[in-house]
Formats: sequence, C-alpha cells, structure tokens
Amino acid sequence: MVQSAFIRAFQSLSRFRAESRISTWLHRIVVNEALMRLRSRASAEEPSIDDLLPTFVEDGHQTRDTVDWSENAEAALERKETAEIIRRNIDMLPDSYRTVLVMRDLEEMSNPEIADALGISVNLVKVRLHRARQALRTLLEREFGDKP
Amino acid sequence: MNCRDVIGFLMDYIDGVLASADRTEFEKHISICHSCVAYIRTYQQTIKMEIASRIEDVTIPEELVRAIMASRKL
Repeated sequence: MVQSAFIRAFQSLSRFRAESRISTWLHRIVVNEALMRLRSRASAEEPSIDDLLPTFVEDGHQTRDTVDWSENAEAALERKETAEIIRRNIDMLPDSYRTVLVMRDLEEMSNPEIADALGISVNLVKVRLHRARQALRTLLEREFGDKP
Repeated sequence: MNCRDVIGFLMDYIDGVLASADRTEFEKHISICHSCVAYIRTYQQTIKMEIASRIEDVTIPEELVRAIMASRKL
C-alpha cells in the first residue's frame, strides 16, 4: 500500500509545492491512498469484535470484575519490544475500527475531520472509536494483565 | 447508573462532555465500584499505550530529497 502511494507521489511530484515539508506531503498521499482502498473495501464483511467488548449481567453489572493492569503496562513501556506488541494488537482490529482509532488517537484528527474523510456520521465515528478502544483494551489485557 | 451505563458514557466522561447530572451519577457509581475504576484506568492506559507505540516521523535524508528534486528537472 505504501509502495503504491509512493509511486503515486513520484508521478505527481510536479504538484509538490516546496513550501510544505516533503515528509508532510508524502504522509498525506499515503493516507489518501489508504482511504481510497478502504472505501473500495467498505462493503466487505468484517469480523465481529463483540467477543472483545465487556459483558454484563441482567442488572447491568460487569459479568466479571475488571482487574487493573495499568501499572504492569506502564512498566512494560520501559521495554523496547512493547511498542511492537501494541502495534501488532492494533493491527488485529477490523479495518473500520482500526482506521477510526488510528486517525483519532495517533493522527490526532477531530471527530468531524474523520467523519468527513470516511464519509460517515460523527456519531458513528464516536461509536466506532469507543468500541475500538474497548476491544484494544481487552487485547492489551491479554498481553499485560496478570496471567491466570 | 450501573456498570453498563458507566462504560457506555466513559468516552464522553474522559472528553469532559458528559452532562452535569450524568457526571454526578457517573462519579457516584465509580465511588463504590472498584471494577469500573479498574476499567476506566485500563481504558485510559490503552490510549496511552497506543500513543507510545506511534512511529515518529521518519527523517528523510537530505541527499534523497536532493536526488528526487533533481530528477524533476530531467
């Protein structure tokens, strides 16, 4: 994907304006390429993330108590392999969730900007973002929580 | 408010956009529910881990930029 974005960049090099940094320009082209591909795959069936979301009993309480593993995870940030583990888990999220999560939390785009780029409502952006973070939370719990 | 409501409202609470009455109910629940406190902490830690995993802008060598720019003139 990055390769084809870079080929596209090379082909449109004449449109590069020297006042913007070339890295910023390349970054934008890669993001546009990714969005184009996502739109073309939008109708494809995605795996469900329901198994990664919290469950509740009838009165609305959590089915099982959540254990706080945040200190373990914080300590793991000292290790250089941790970033790779996190990226691997982000990659496990289905496209529609991963895209929103990356745009908001990593690219720091606003909800309306994401909605505009993906052609969906701001409300759907918020729903997907919250579900994506919850799913990733469960995946990271498996990595950094105490093993039973 | 129960755990399901708290987890549903969590993102709005963190973003500071939860309505005042809901925020009061939210805080009342977490003052007595250790499980929700753990959920909130690990949710916030998840966002922190995401950011920590970010690959920072790669610095493009000047030589490469010059070579690309030179190729435009061919």
